[in-house]
Amino acid sequence: MSRIAELFERLRDEGRTALIPFVTAGDPNPDVTVPLMHRMVAAGADLIELGVPFSDPIADGPVIQRATERALAAGVRLRDVLDMVRAFRAENSTTPVVLMGYLNPIEIMGAETFATEAAAAGVDGTLVVDVPPEEAADLAGLLRPQGLDLVYLLAPTSDAERIARIAGVASGFVYYVAVKGVTGAGNLDIDAVGGKLEEIRAQIPLPVGVGFGIKDGPSAARVAAVADAVIVGSAIVQRMEALMEQPARIPDAVADFLRALRQAIDAVDAGKEGA
Amino acid sequence: MATVADEMHEQHAAQAKQTGYHYPDANGHFGRYGGRFVPETLMHPLAELTEAYEHYLKDPAFLAELDNDLRDYVGRPSPLYHAERWSRELGGAQIFLKREDLNHTGAHKVNNTVGQALLAKRMGKTRIIAETGAGQHGVASATVAARMGLECVVYMGEVDVARQQANVYRMRLLGAEVVSVKSGSRTLKDALNEAMRDWVTNIDNTFYIIGTVAGPHPYPAMVRDFQAVIGRETRTQTLERAGRLPDVVMACVGGGSNAIGLFYPFIDDADVRMIGVEAGGEGLATGHHAAPLCAGTPGVLHGNRTYLMEDEDGQIVETHSISAGLDYPGVGPEHAWLKDTGRAEYVAVSDGEALAAFHGLTRTEGIIPALETSHALAYAAKLAPTMRRDQTIVINLSGRGDKDMDTVARLDGIVL
Ligand SMILES: Cc1ncc(COP(=O)(O)O)c(C=O)c1O
Repeated sequence: MSRIAELFERLRDEGRTALIPFVTAGDPNPDVTVPLMHRMVAAGADLIELGVPFSDPIADGPVIQRATERALAAGVRLRDVLDMVRAFRAENSTTPVVLMGYLNPIEIMGAETFATEAAAAGVDGTLVVDVPPEEAADLAGLLRPQGLDLVYLLAPTSDAERIARIAGVASGFVYYVAVKGVTGAGNLDIDAVGGKLEEIRAQIPLPVGVGFGIKDGPSAARVAAVADAVIVGSAIVQRMEALMEQPARIPDAVADFLRALRQAIDAVDAGKEGA
Repeated sequence: MATVADEMHEQHAAQAKQTGYHYPDANGHFGRYGGRFVPETLMHPLAELTEAYEHYLKDPAFLAELDNDLRDYVGRPSPLYHAERWSRELGGAQIFLKREDLNHTGAHKVNNTVGQALLAKRMGKTRIIAETGAGQHGVASATVAARMGLECVVYMGEVDVARQQANVYRMRLLGAEVVSVKSGSRTLKDALNEAMRDWVTNIDNTFYIIGTVAGPHPYPAMVRDFQAVIGRETRTQTLERAGRLPDVVMACVGGGSNAIGLFYPFIDDADVRMIGVEAGGEGLATGHHAAPLCAGTPGVLHGNRTYLMEDEDGQIVETHSISAGLDYPGVGPEHAWLKDTGRAEYVAVSDGEALAAFHGLTRTEGIIPALETSHALAYAAKLAPTMRRDQTIVINLSGRGDKDMDTVARLDGIVL
């Protein structure tokens, strides 16, 4: 069984919701990332999403755009991100790592090379933001034999037909983008999210993570009440940006924030058990 | 002359027979190029747009309205002008200029914005967004938005805002909000990124008018179809004038909309050579250029697979061209396909060559071309002398040079 499947099976047995932090690999410099990953796990992260820097991140808001620019300026490329995962795996063999990024760096490396090297480095899956199911056949066909999951996005604009299409190809988990917008957008409408998740669950048996617009404990708690995983990106990256000049303080600050999210989520999960 | 509606219909009927060229396929692919590489949020809106477009393309009322607008508002058909003096000076083929510079707003861009704005209105959208490089597409979008009473936001890279001040002011006069984009290389590609981000956020009321044959399906096909009026008129005009088709059709290629607009109706005429001219900047060998077809590699950017200027890690690299409208690291996917199949040829000319042609046409014909267009003129100046006097080249004179006065004056050491 894959690390991702194992994780969600265990969490389901324990009645817990996953906490998935996102950070851009190499932000603000390459030395920060691997130690930060370990600290995030210690602070309650169940799965880590690592952003692969790309020059034209059309789905990202200003916060993650700036993180991407810092990482690129520090020279971080897809190969370096794979090296970071390899280094992480030297000490952690259980926490799943999913790469999140755009197709072009993968395509230029060669999707087959990427699949082999990512699997060898200890990557568990990848979410390619600009690859909808219609364009995914080639990539999926190369990732699957390496045991890598291709994680798909679902959005408020995904109708029943699109949900069905994604149901036919998704693996690992699916990622529901809770707001129409780019990463870091606000206005999470939790009632609308709950309704959409019911639609999604009616067709897709995989765990459903929810991201975009989760900023703090209360919003994490609201999402935990309806989702299998709470995904938090910009709110973490923003805290890192504030400490850009003192990167040594980043792991503590991120760990504190994750612990607060974790507490809020655990409180909701405890309530669910009682119910 | 037949109406645009009749001609569009005929063209599609001919292609439906599939006797010749029939791209893209149902998923927007031109061979291995094109497609729809966008975040999930945009997939449904793109499907809706495709459906609306395919519907109205066959709707007589829509086509009649488009026809009227192109005639009375844009000023079509545009003349096909025989540049006799310039042809004589070059000493070879006869050169004809398809005068898109005489359109309302001064470039071919308005053919497309008129069409997409009509579509936006039919789809009930109240807000228009657009990206722009030289400012021509931004002006053409702001123009149609003003006329239809639609809100308009134009994204423009900070670098381009600085070098195309006059167009920024025009857009603001027309009531558009111009957003100066400060991310990435702060040029056209970043303006496109920002427009996509706006669209994802405001899809319910917003129509994104892409200004060239790039972006996700259906944009490359839709923009081509709106620009193909250029080639259809050219075909009729050359047949009327000379009783035969031109030997060469030629255009500059940024994203490729004026080029495909001219080429498309000639695609099944195997004897007509099609030549696209890219921005060679300071020379292909220097790496400072914007010529992805001549010196790039295939990849995925802005929703489609095409030739790109990118490094060995798949990061998009900065481009350089004297003309803001060609300063783009990608190119429409259909051009990528026409290059690979050999149906069209693509070459590049340098900043200096384009500038020389700019002055050449201005002095011999009294027509001041856009710097973008000057790239096509520069290659014609090289090709014409190698051809016979009874052969013809049609160049798409995609725009007028008024917007470039600052740039050219500065090169002459004059600040206006
Ligand atoms: C006059 C003119 N010609 C050509 C172009 C390049 O665009 P395309 O290659 O889509 O025709 C532009 C773009 O701004 C333009 O203003």
